[in-house]
Amino acid sequence: METSIVTYALILILPLAAFIIQMLVGRRLPRGGDWVVLTAIFAAFVLSFGVFWRALSGGAFANGPWTWTFRDWLRTPTPQASWTLPMGILVDNVTAMMLVVVTGCSALIFLFSTGYMAGHPRYSRFFGYLALFAFSMLVLVLADNLLALYVGWELVGVSSYLLIGFLHDRALVPPDISPGSASKKAFITTRIGDVGFFLGILAVFAVTGQLGYGNVFQSIGDGAFMGRPWLLTLVGLLLFCGAIGKSAQFPLHVWLPDAMAGPTPVSALIHAATMVAAGVYMVGRLYPIFTPDALVVIAYVGAITAFFAATIAVVMTDVKRVLAYSTISQLGYMMFGLGVGAYGAGLFHLMTHAFFKALLFLASGSVIHAMEHGLGRVGRHWNPDTGEDDPQDMRNMGGLRHAMPITFATMGVATLAICGVPFTSGFLSKDMILGGAVAFGFIEHPQHFLIPLLGLAAAALTAFYMFRLMFMTFFGEFRKEREVEHGLRESPASMTVPLVVLAIFSVWIWYTFDPSAAFREVWTAEFIVKPLPATGTLADVASNEAFAHAAHTAHIPAMLLSLLAAGAGILLAWRKYRRGTISLEAWRTSDSRLYRVLANKYYVDEAYEHTAVAATLVVSRAAAWFDKVIIDGLVNAVARLQVGISWLAGRADKFGVDGAVNLLADAVRAMGNGVRQVQTGRIQNYIVFAMMGIIILFLIIR
Amino acid sequence: MGLQAYLVVGALLFSLGIVCLVTRRNAVAVLMGVELILNAANLNFVAFARFGYGALDGQMFAIFSIVMAAAEVAVALALVLNLYRTIGTIDVDEADTLRG
Repeated sequence: METSIVTYALILILPLAAFIIQMLVGRRLPRGGDWVVLTAIFAAFVLSFGVFWRALSGGAFANGPWTWTFRDWLRTPTPQASWTLPMGILVDNVTAMMLVVVTGCSALIFLFSTGYMAGHPRYSRFFGYLALFAFSMLVLVLADNLLALYVGWELVGVSSYLLIGFLHDRALVPPDISPGSASKKAFITTRIGDVGFFLGILAVFAVTGQLGYGNVFQSIGDGAFMGRPWLLTLVGLLLFCGAIGKSAQFPLHVWLPDAMAGPTPVSALIHAATMVAAGVYMVGRLYPIFTPDALVVIAYVGAITAFFAATIAVVMTDVKRVLAYSTISQLGYMMFGLGVGAYGAGLFHLMTHAFFKALLFLASGSVIHAMEHGLGRVGRHWNPDTGEDDPQDMRNMGGLRHAMPITFATMGVATLAICGVPFTSGFLSKDMILGGAVAFGFIEHPQHFLIPLLGLAAAALTAFYMFRLMFMTFFGEFRKEREVEHGLRESPASMTVPLVVLAIFSVWIWYTFDPSAAFREVWTAEFIVKPLPATGTLADVASNEAFAHAAHTAHIPAMLLSLLAAGAGILLAWRKYRRGTISLEAWRTSDSRLYRVLANKYYVDEAYEHTAVAATLVVSRAAAWFDKVIIDGLVNAVARLQVGISWLAGRADKFGVDGAVNLLADAVRAMGNGVRQVQTGRIQNYIVFAMMGIIILFLIIR
Repeated sequence: MGLQAYLVVGALLFSLGIVCLVTRRNAVAVLMGVELILNAANLNFVAFARFGYGALDGQMFAIFSIVMAAAEVAVALALVLNLYRTIGTIDVDEADTLRG
């Protein structure tokens, strides 16, 4: 089957149709219509995989991307000239990879949801939202221009809002998040980045007059920004603002930990394949726009985020929170991978991370499911006031590997992968990124040595907190009562099958046959080619090659360094949480300042609370006061005036007009009453009157 | 004795008839009032004929009028009799079923 518009149209339309069906008739379908969504997403996955396979084995996009453009999507006649906005689909190797990642992860997560969400009152609606989410992400991935990218981008924002706030009927969910506030926070925080993104798009359009990727790159290459390199850097940074918000980079990362308020499959969906990947994908897609200066900023933001989030994850006790911060950290990895020029490595990590992070979240969902079941069996539920019996708190777990062997094994694979242990997918992608970072920071630009250092430190911390999570959850003794432990059960097949499938994709064999991964042998290295800058010259080709060479040289030392870092982290976690050499309680109750700073997530939320939120509240209150006192006052004054005028008019009507009418009626009635006295009906009376008349006539005529 | 005296008697008869007609509630008495009025008119006819131009027109009218009165009384008494049979009284004030 040749790639054609039908394939891509189907990939797009299937989830959309599923969403519409779910919204309209989902509740009345058997099983809440989950099979509609599952069918759609699995079909989309099969089609996507077909595209991907042709790209990988047949080199379908070796000679440039496949495009389909509706040229006159929007035609605007202006007095000077008419310009058109084209709308279309662009598919190249990166798109093909993203298609597989998005639909594949989504399909498995949807399957998992059938078990996890079973029995929920809004089950079919949940699947509708999931389908909308998948559709939004596919729009974003398949877009061939900045406008469509932005549309998909915002659709993702909306559907994430719907999904994060899905449990809005609960005031609080563990550990202490309000789903309603969390969804608003996610929406508004990412919106701050989106403002920058949109400004960037407008700037690109203003300067080049184009929105299609190829046209924009072409126009920049032709010198649209000639003599204004700072403007191109600024445009790149504005576009990157969108990625900061969507991919939860410091300082706009605060929404992602709270996004845990959604059901666990939503966390997996948002953190693995869809929402957070959007920012990385966007940076990768628009890579030629970014100037070297912009890329350095991206690298620093990514490296700081990677390290910063990893330190917070070390002290979190909520299992989903740990994973949330690890996601932020890993996204930082991807960003600085792209920033230092390890383009293929950054996108490769996006893919491997999508699988193992989806796995981690789904496995944690399986654990939470079991904990809820175990606690619920003895009639205990999470108490929002005291925080007791929290099914997500690792301090309540321990020794779960006996009760849930499949969850334990699969989550173990994912943990090894995220730590970068050999024979896992994470080892391959992480080493590529670290190799790039070492080449960039230690060999090519020694002044940026901080970037690889932060990356290595983050790698060590990642290993530490992930093994801490594993030890606290699956090893040792169960920390709650025995009867709770007896209620723990392995999750049903609908939940464990996706876990196993994702675990299978977290090992090295799918990506290269050489587990030590000398740089060139991972297929992404040739599959995803780093694009030249839009202003590209021969010097850039040379510099790309020099970088590739440096990265190749740096790969072995980087691999050793990262193994050392991971090993150190794992060893420390082992000593602390498994052997108990350093007591958990001592750490918890220790009054160390560092611990408090970390446990409060560097007070970033508080800082926003006291600056941005407080300022917004002041402005809002002022506006509210103005509205209430001035505007309402004016309106009320007008209203009172109206009431007064109406009162006067009423009086006039009542006493003037009604009075005249009534007077007439009264007069007529009085007259009638007078006259009817005469009309007695007695003939004798009439005769008397007749006689009197005659007498009067006589008197007159005489 | 001239015409004047007859006219005075006629006027008296007429007035008495009117009073009787207006004041009595007995239907027979009302009829009698009517008779008085008719006879006042008869008296005037005859008086004007006698003191007028000598023809017998007035007397003729009077005789017609007497015949008419007899017929009228026959009809009226039949009405009164039926009135009595229907409502049990001959009081004219009681016969007010047509009053609106």
